[in-house]
Amino acid sequence: MTFGEFLLVAVLAVPALGAVAAVATPGDRAGRLVGTVAAGLTLLATLPLVSGDHGWFGYGPSPAVQPWHQLDLPWAPGLDLRFHLGVDGISWPLVVLTALLTLLCCGYTLWRVPEGGGSGRALVALLLVVEVGILGTFLALDLVLFFLFFEVVLLPMYAIIAGWGGDDRRRAARKFVLYTLFGSVLLLVGVYVVVAAAGTADLVTLTGGSGLPRGTQLAAFTLLALAFAVKSPLWPLHSWLPDAHTQAPTVGSVILAGVLLKMGTYGLIRVAVGVAPEGARWAAPVLGVLAVAAILVGSLVCLAQDELKRLIAYSSVGHMGFVLLGVATLTATGLQAALIGNIAHGVITGLLFFLAGAVKDRTHTGSLAELSGLRETTPRLAGLLGFAAVASLGLPGLAGFWGEAFAVIAAIRRGGGLWTTLAVLAALGGALTAAYFLRLLRRVSHGRPSPAVGRLAPGLAGAELTAWAPLVLLALAVGLAPALVLSYAAGPVNALLAVFD
Amino acid sequence: MTGLLAAALPGVPLLVGLVGLLLPPSPRGAATGEDRARRVAITLGVAGAAVALLAAVALLVRVDRPIEGGTTWVELGGLTVTLGYRLDGVAVLVATAVAAVALAVQVYSIGYLKRGPHDDVEVDHRYPPYAAQISLFTAAMLTVVVSGDLILLLVGWEVMGLCSYLLIAHDRRLPEAPAAAVKAFLVTRVGDVGFLLGIALLGVAAGSFRIADVLAHHYSTGTLTAACLLLLAGVAGKSAQFPLHTWLPDAMAGPTPISALIHAATMVAAGVYAVARLFPLFAQAPAALAVLGVLAAITVLLGAFAATAQDDIKRVLAWSTVSQIGYMTGALAVGAPAAALFHLLTHAAFKALLFLAAGAVIHAVGTTLMSRMGGLRTAMPVTFWCTVIGLGALAGVPPLSGFWSKDGVLAAAEAAALEGSGPSYAWVGWLVWLAGLLGVAVTAWYATRLLLRAFLGAARLPLAHPHDPPAVLRWPVLLLAVPAALLGLAAFAPWFADRLRVPADRSGEAVELVHLGPNLLLPLVLLLAGAGVAWVGWRRDPAADPARVLGPLRPVFARAFRLDDVQHALVVRPTTALARAVRTGDELGVDGLVEGSGRAAVELGGGLAALHRAALPRAAAGVLAGALLIGLTVALIGVAS
Repeated sequence: MTFGEFLLVAVLAVPALGAVAAVATPGDRAGRLVGTVAAGLTLLATLPLVSGDHGWFGYGPSPAVQPWHQLDLPWAPGLDLRFHLGVDGISWPLVVLTALLTLLCCGYTLWRVPEGGGSGRALVALLLVVEVGILGTFLALDLVLFFLFFEVVLLPMYAIIAGWGGDDRRRAARKFVLYTLFGSVLLLVGVYVVVAAAGTADLVTLTGGSGLPRGTQLAAFTLLALAFAVKSPLWPLHSWLPDAHTQAPTVGSVILAGVLLKMGTYGLIRVAVGVAPEGARWAAPVLGVLAVAAILVGSLVCLAQDELKRLIAYSSVGHMGFVLLGVATLTATGLQAALIGNIAHGVITGLLFFLAGAVKDRTHTGSLAELSGLRETTPRLAGLLGFAAVASLGLPGLAGFWGEAFAVIAAIRRGGGLWTTLAVLAALGGALTAAYFLRLLRRVSHGRPSPAVGRLAPGLAGAELTAWAPLVLLALAVGLAPALVLSYAAGPVNALLAVFD
Repeated sequence: MTGLLAAALPGVPLLVGLVGLLLPPSPRGAATGEDRARRVAITLGVAGAAVALLAAVALLVRVDRPIEGGTTWVELGGLTVTLGYRLDGVAVLVATAVAAVALAVQVYSIGYLKRGPHDDVEVDHRYPPYAAQISLFTAAMLTVVVSGDLILLLVGWEVMGLCSYLLIAHDRRLPEAPAAAVKAFLVTRVGDVGFLLGIALLGVAAGSFRIADVLAHHYSTGTLTAACLLLLAGVAGKSAQFPLHTWLPDAMAGPTPISALIHAATMVAAGVYAVARLFPLFAQAPAALAVLGVLAAITVLLGAFAATAQDDIKRVLAWSTVSQIGYMTGALAVGAPAAALFHLLTHAAFKALLFLAAGAVIHAVGTTLMSRMGGLRTAMPVTFWCTVIGLGALAGVPPLSGFWSKDGVLAAAEAAALEGSGPSYAWVGWLVWLAGLLGVAVTAWYATRLLLRAFLGAARLPLAHPHDPPAVLRWPVLLLAVPAALLGLAAFAPWFADRLRVPADRSGEAVELVHLGPNLLLPLVLLLAGAGVAWVGWRRDPAADPARVLGPLRPVFARAFRLDDVQHALVVRPTTALARAVRTGDELGVDGLVEGSGRAAVELGGGLAALHRAALPRAAAGVLAGALLIGLTVALIGVAS
């Protein structure tokens, strides 16, 4: 077993074993600690994955997916299923982000377990199981394996929302699980269509759409895109998200917004566009129109929203709209914008949910009408909230800018009346995004302190700062050096799009 | 070395600003101004601006021809974004002005944001974030100035919008400040939608966002005109040009040194500078220049007339900025970027001076309303004479700086109108020229009114005992008075005029910034007329406001032709109504469908379950009917096959 194969196994095995160990450890705090250590080790295991064979040399036909490391084992030989994992420039940033956010959430749980729920170590264990599922989704190079990992995430996430969430958690969790299960059914059918038509489930072979007739590609893309659109979520298939985000505990919201949604956009790029490029080309205008609708509807709803976490949840709809617009353009610029937009949204919205959770924990309300004057009593918290909001509205120089601006630029690059119109509307959506975040800050930060805010102590806990600081730094670092995310993406993206030339 | 200096120019203030943001925002002892964090913040802020000024001066000496440098920042699918600088005479001159004003503002703020005689005991100025945000603001503007790439320029451009937002909302005692801050950010951001799209058009066609590549690329006329018009939206937002000027007067809610910063060196100057930077493109798009000219003419007069009726001394100055930036964009529209940049530099000096002097007045009397001032001349002689210099330069009194630069603008417009020179149409020249001439008279009128109302006549607030400000406020004002008075004479120095040449202009002719000739008399006559009318009105009744001669127009001018209401009715209210409608639609329509299908499924299941809970006779009948149905089907299929 090479080092790379070992790492790939470790990335999945460590959190899985950690989850078991966290539950098995006697004592709640010790269990949480064990789980956090496992999450830390996972992060450490994801980092060296970058050291691989980045060869994009040579001309002529080469596979469209060239993993840096891969692990290919027979799994169920009778069904021709393989346990095929691999990592490349498209998946690696997402893998690291997942490991990082899980570590931060576990560390946060070490400090504070949401009130009114189960034990802390169970929460940590569930977070680790979710991590296994998400990491597996990003690493899988076999379509059936991809589907399996995609589904692993669902139930532990349900348990997190239903177990540790807000007042209306059971209904929200049920809605989340049923709605996304509906998406999964479509995914299953799509996977079946592809595998039955191509006779293989290997993504490396399938990418580029070779061997699939056009009709199959159209059907497969429709099914897969619908499935991923539910997860991303794409308007109008988004309505599970506000409820789930609002009711989930802080760490649940962070994982949900930070990385769980990315399974949808990642799947769209890697699986849907990769396996059925003809279908993608056929459906691109529809996808683009829906993405821009998501941007506009998401921002307008935020502009009229009066609950803190719900507002941030809806802002995700808008932000993912930019990501999906980038994908829909099917240009290298657009796909790279989508990749960095994915990462930026994970970092920034993760931070926003942490901060919203902190505000709600302190004031016991999320209603914008009852929050005011935060900067008077807790200037640091208000400052961080301001930073996160400004990052989220896509201020140039911070992480959110690249994905949004270049999604617009990619649409301009695509040219033609439709895409130019979409670019203009998306750019207007950017202005609306600024409008609702400024409205949020004006309500929450400025003005005289409301009774709920007036009694707050100014300080922040060390654990809070520890959990937030990496996200703040990342938002700044990715903004100043976008190459952190994109330096390895050009090769795979160009290979993915080579079929369109 | 030049590269290092170019990087240090925005880099040092940026670093200082980021470090400053880490200081405790509201430490213990902040109310008395004796805390350590405040001292650190002061050191950082002043040092950052001073280093930037030194770097700018060093570059002023070193740079005599365009220099470029940089490295690839990121490549997105074949579109290259560079992290680089592009220095030329214009860039270093503007950078020097920016750094100098920033340094003056940093020093001035030390005294201004301190517990003063009119403050509550408990006021906490939150100095560390304030100073850090000024540093960031400076860094952002310097980024715009030296950037060699449009995306990098956009970074500085929007960070400036953010900093203006933060600083305008800084004073926590003013209830109107947060709204003004949001307005400033949002209005400019709406303009930036166009700016981003314009940059996208230019960059996508050229395959690179590097300014040199963009300027070298040959665009189709349609693309170029569209891109330039889109860029103008951003320029109008940042430089407060009609119809996106509405944020600037409200931005007066910010602390006075911030007003000086926004109005003199940063923010409003950025739009003019960006057009000058990309002027070779605009020169090929006469339609865009014509639009710019129309907007400039409207803005000159709109700003000047609105300034006539304000009672708030800062608002008079704010509207005068709107009007003066209109002169700059007007100069750009008639194809005279050098004249525009010259006016930008002199305006930076005299407007910073005017705001800081106004700050000294406000500091002394505790109000911004001129109706409560009067008679300050004897009590505040230094401030008075500095204001005289500033207002003289603003109105264009020879030989103060504004006279020469405004004359340059008017001469260029006159040439465009009468001789048809310049890249745009002759009617644009006429429009800018006539608006500019009328603007001279109105400017002289409101400048005279400000001086008379605030400093002459009898004191209208007898209880206050005004006095000249302490040294830390006085020296920045005094030092700024020097360029405000004398910078115009620099136009006679060839090295100065040559540096204002836009680098793409390779005509080789010497740039003429001053035009000594008989046509200098026309603006002078108008100046005397405007000032004279104001003086006569004041002489008749020194206690009354000369603005009374405006009669029924006064409230209209005071509210700037009610354009705020128009904006509110046409943009703000429809958007919020649309937002509410979309929210309702999303919750009841889209989500209602989801919830409804869930409920329908549950009800269907319940119905079926109820059907199955039947009594024995009906159940038996059902089973028999089913059996019969199956039997029939089998029989039918059997017959058919």
